[in-house]
Amino acid sequence: MTTAPSDAVRDSEGQATEFPLVLGLDTFGDLSGDADGRPQSHAQTIRNVVEEGVLADQIGVDFFGIGEHHTDDFPMPAADVVLAAIAARTNRIRLGSAVTVLSSDDPIRVFQRYSTLNAISGGRAEVILGRGSSIESFPLFGYDLADYEDLFEEKTSLFAELLKGGPVTWQGKTRAALHDQDVVPHTEYGPFPTWIGVGGSPQSVIRAARLGFSLMLAIIGGSPARFAPFSQLFTQALQQFGQPSLPVGVHSPGHIAATDERPARSSGRGGWSSSARSASLADSPSRPRSPSPSRPGREERSMSGRQKRSPRRSPQT
Amino acid sequence: MTADLETRRTTTGGRPLQEAVSPQRLLRIGVLGAGHVGPVIARAAVTAGYQVSIATSGDPANIALIAQVLAPGAEPRWAADAVEESDIVVLAIPLHRFATFDPSLVADKIVVDAMNYWPPVDGVQEMFEDRRFGTSEVVAHRLSSSRIVKTLNQIGYHDLEDQRRPVGSPDRRALGVAGDDTAAVDAVAGVIERIGYDAVPLDSLRAGRVLEPGGPVFGVPLRRAEFEAAVRAAPRSPAPAQPFPMTLPTGDPT
Repeated sequence: MTTAPSDAVRDSEGQATEFPLVLGLDTFGDLSGDADGRPQSHAQTIRNVVEEGVLADQIGVDFFGIGEHHTDDFPMPAADVVLAAIAARTNRIRLGSAVTVLSSDDPIRVFQRYSTLNAISGGRAEVILGRGSSIESFPLFGYDLADYEDLFEEKTSLFAELLKGGPVTWQGKTRAALHDQDVVPHTEYGPFPTWIGVGGSPQSVIRAARLGFSLMLAIIGGSPARFAPFSQLFTQALQQFGQPSLPVGVHSPGHIAATDERPARSSGRGGWSSSARSASLADSPSRPRSPSPSRPGREERSMSGRQKRSPRRSPQT
Repeated sequence: MTADLETRRTTTGGRPLQEAVSPQRLLRIGVLGAGHVGPVIARAAVTAGYQVSIATSGDPANIALIAQVLAPGAEPRWAADAVEESDIVVLAIPLHRFATFDPSLVADKIVVDAMNYWPPVDGVQEMFEDRRFGTSEVVAHRLSSSRIVKTLNQIGYHDLEDQRRPVGSPDRRALGVAGDDTAAVDAVAGVIERIGYDAVPLDSLRAGRVLEPGGPVFGVPLRRAEFEAAVRAAPRSPAPAQPFPMTLPTGDPT
């Protein structure tokens, strides 16, 4: 409904049957280090991310995403502002959140910020809604983590209404009702692509299908093949809910560097240097890559690097 | 206090992974939870030949598709029905939901506690903050009419299917199975063995603290001998200075 890229292959009824493979990068805006490994300021880190986004556009990357975080390590609470700066200096690359922590944000404000980004970028904005891998935004904005599920359910449903365009009438428990409310700015080219980031909860896959959002699988551990059934679940759920085909994305941690040896030596903070500038584009999040038993990558994590591919072409074991 | 960390060989395990056993002879397993973990356990149990039902707190129709795609063969049920028709109930709900879980639902049942406490991800749960007690001890205290066995918490849900191996495989992974009720531990150990892991029984839930996040075997693929050595080398949990508090902290609705 909302997220099929315009260049998708369509059948005679206009139904998207195949989506282009899109390669992107994303970052949490890790605090960068200078050539000697000394941490740089938050301000410099933000400027570095702008440069990374511009460079990504120049070298042909299709998408650049920034994950919302509110910590000293990841001083990236206003991804949309950073994306807007990148948008003003590029004209090709798609720009999105990865992820927007919708539960502790206001869906109307998120819609307004990204439809503003959409305007600035000429229709290149995307949003990945999720929870993120950390929980700092909840106390910061006065939310109780215990309400997470209710907040996410309600706010994603409101966001789906906002994306339809036109006046919104909506009622829920977590905010005041809206009646025939016009929300600006109106999008220029219809709704911008919106995804739900899912880390492994099948019920989140179902929710994405029900609301008509695309599915972004956040693979942070285990065999990627293990996630193939989620693509199948999404496809079947879309059919069950009467939704059109929608793309599936995959996030995978990674680290790109000039040589094979470099990634092993330059992971995490301090990885930035002029000689490895392109490497920093894909600096993997400096999170531990330890095994993550039963309660790990809860749903909707931030992501770094992705592919969109047709659900029909995804491996389905 | 040395005895509770002794490991012993399970008396019920050791059957080959794919051995054809008529379903009637096998225990029936009910999985409570259809999030990250529940369907993975259900799928592994179905593959091992068990009769499996799966349930959440809601209508089974809501998880029919999840069961069909992710754990084909597992029957979606209302929770009460899943428990009723099962010999072993696997509790695979997020630990932060445990405070509102109704203990009477699983009274008199063998309950596998596959849950972990992850404050950085799930937030602080007052009930599990008293670090003198393992999370499964707290679970057992609240589910006082059930026979709690701690296992399946220590292996990544994305690894559970991939790392299954037949008996005797050189790389067969060991999983700890801890509980105060020896018969319950043996029953669950049999399931673990049949699913495809070497079960290493631990004689108490207290001893089962070694299986928790941060412990020496948590998330680490170890073979039996390595696993047993790691458990033996772990610092002994001191006995609590006082008995378990009779009233649980806030968050307990009962």
